[in-house]
Amino acid sequence: MSDSSSHILSVRDLKMHFPIRGGVMMKQIAAVKAVDGVNFHIEKGETLGLVGESGCGKSTLGKALVRLLDPTAGSIHFNQHDITHMSQSQLRPLRQDFQMVFQDPAESLDSRMAVGELVAEPLIIQKLGKRPERQAKVAEMLRRVGLPANAIQKFPFEFSGGQRQRIGIARALTVNPDLLVLDEPVSALDVSVLSQVMNLLLELQREFGMSYLFIAHDLAVVKHMSDRIAVMYLGKIVELAPADEIYQNPRHAYTKALLSAIPEPDPTASKNRVILEGDVPSPIDPPEGCAFGHRVGHPKYQESIGKDLPFEEIAPGHWVQKCPCCVD
Amino acid sequence: MSSLLEINGLVTSFETDSGWVRAVDGISYSIEAGKTVGLVGESGCGKTVSAMSIIDLLPKPSGHVLEGEILFKGEDLRKVTNERMRQVRGGEIGTIFQEPMAALNPVHRIGRQITETLKLHEGMSGRQATAKAVELLDAVGIPAPEKRVSAYPHELSGGMRQRVMIAIALACEPDLLIADEPTTALDVTVQAQILELIESMQEKLGMAVLMITHDLGVIAQNCDEVVVMYAGRIVERGPVKELFANPHHAYTRGLLSSIPRLDAERKSELTTIPGQVAGIQDFVAGCRFCQRMDRDRSVLLRTRPDYCEISPGHWVEACPECFQPEASSVS
Ligand SMILES: Nc1ncnc2c1ncn2[C@@H]1O[C@H](COP(=O)(O)OP(=O)(O)OP(=O)(O)O)[C@@H](O)[C@H]1O
Ligand SMILES: Nc1ncnc2c1ncn2[C@@H]1O[C@H](COP(=O)(O)OP(=O)(O)OP(=O)(O)O)[C@@H](O)[C@H]1O
Ligand SMILES: [Mg+2]
Ligand SMILES: [Mg+2]
Repeated sequence: MSDSSSHILSVRDLKMHFPIRGGVMMKQIAAVKAVDGVNFHIEKGETLGLVGESGCGKSTLGKALVRLLDPTAGSIHFNQHDITHMSQSQLRPLRQDFQMVFQDPAESLDSRMAVGELVAEPLIIQKLGKRPERQAKVAEMLRRVGLPANAIQKFPFEFSGGQRQRIGIARALTVNPDLLVLDEPVSALDVSVLSQVMNLLLELQREFGMSYLFIAHDLAVVKHMSDRIAVMYLGKIVELAPADEIYQNPRHAYTKALLSAIPEPDPTASKNRVILEGDVPSPIDPPEGCAFGHRVGHPKYQESIGKDLPFEEIAPGHWVQKCPCCVD
Repeated sequence: MSSLLEINGLVTSFETDSGWVRAVDGISYSIEAGKTVGLVGESGCGKTVSAMSIIDLLPKPSGHVLEGEILFKGEDLRKVTNERMRQVRGGEIGTIFQEPMAALNPVHRIGRQITETLKLHEGMSGRQATAKAVELLDAVGIPAPEKRVSAYPHELSGGMRQRVMIAIALACEPDLLIADEPTTALDVTVQAQILELIESMQEKLGMAVLMITHDLGVIAQNCDEVVVMYAGRIVERGPVKELFANPHHAYTRGLLSSIPRLDAERKSELTTIPGQVAGIQDFVAGCRFCQRMDRDRSVLLRTRPDYCEISPGHWVEACPECFQPEASSVS
């Protein structure tokens, strides 16, 4: 790994478990192990893509990183500050430097607030600027994300899904963050709007040098946006490598299956999809050993039980969760 | 030769507070037995409405088919009795809806939802229907089907629910399956499973599929023909290979060039289609892509372009501005 002074974010053995309680005493009886020990870092100015199937813990990881959740274990360093257990008041001065755009705009955009207020809100929370400066900043941001000036007085429901997504982006950008967690920012968009929003994000990154954690399930989109890509499976990162490398030389069986499943927009391309059997396992009661080997019923799965499955650097910058069944 | 389904000049409108709007404005295409036709176009262009028009499932009372013929095995479905339509729907034409949760009844066990279809259309007894339901769930790849027949929809994952929808749609071995975004809500790996399942069922039953999607990858990999819709109309249609290799309408070209591709240079600027689709109330009579591009030759906006067949089965809306035989930029 590179020298940690170039890291905007470093994550060590991070776990985010949600307790399940039961009985009259509401004792904890189990846990949803949504994020179960992940390690990675993000360099200043780079985009780390995060992919993996529904429910594997991508949004939970994103929310834990910007400390909307209290991690169960592990550490998060942001710009050399240990933010893992900071209180919300300790976090406040740092908040403007890391922002999140949510998967579901409905989750983050209060429908009773006009767009102008929504976009200005982070500035107000951070007590940044006087009213006229804030107004100028809001107008500038709306222009940057390609929304009309009169959007200021309108309400979120008056916009299409793609436009609402851009309101969320404008809102996150008003405070000039260093790190932006983008949770499926383009998944709900049509092809023609998709390319507009992707261009916008690339342009803003070139201009302001922000770092992105880009969460998505469209692998062509992720590849286009990212410098490096992390593949998550059932709460763990199973592979992490430079974007081109992971596509050319995937090493984990899950990554291979994921890549083979992308339908190529070319009718002459041959399709050799790996069709996975079985369903995604439950994060409440994850199987012992290699979760993916268990799912596909790999003949060598038994060998992974009771073994340590280390996350190893097998080539410069190429990390894989080693296991007897899924990595050869 | 007659097609399995032939749609001629279909017009579907909604009565709204601000007057009538034409969600589908005169579209024609056909589907041959056993083939897969893909319907693409951006959100709101009329894909779902055009499909629902076929099986008379438009939102009532506001939605109406106003014009056109819907010939299914030679019979105009607009003219059939309600009784006959019920036979067709779920019997000869199966449907997978955009939102499986909305289509499955949350208070009934999934087995019952399948057996009801079988009893209604195939006149099976309760026991026969249950046995067949288990068989169908097994065929669509649901593990432990004899247990799952008594599960409720919320107890299943998204991918499994979609499989149940497919089992219901295929219960009566239809001649045509209408699949409205069957995989949009699913992961790529589950998407691959579902597409494979539809394909294998298609082979087994020899049925045709109308596949609605906005994923051009799915179209390229799974369809024989493609119909490209824009703002309530068809701008281009043809055999998949031909159309991808030789797109002639500016909108089709724009669509094909704006998708991020795996082999493109990372972080490079993507092509975009400028502007936005006009609101349905503001649609012009003439070329609607010209309307989007702000082209101001007023005649283009006043008269509807004709269609031109540029190679066998490859039809293009022949607007003088948008018909682009040579590769050229969209703007
Ligand atoms: N607040 C919570 N309490 C309990 N369980 C939770 C909570 N939030 C998420 N989970 C569970 O944690 C797991 C991971 O969820 P998460 O939303 O992070 O997945 P994801 O990878 O973002 O999926 P998607 O691609 O569908 O958005 C899921 O099993 C989910 O049900
Ligand atoms: N019940 C309704 N009343 C009025 N207008 C409607 C109604 N249902 C649909 N429309 C309009 O008809 C048009 C076509 O809608 P349709 O659902 O067919 O789009 P679509 O192509 O399937 O889009 P998507 O990709 O988002 O599913 C839209 O402009 C929509 O607003
Ligand atoms: Mg998520
Ligand atoms: Mg639709």
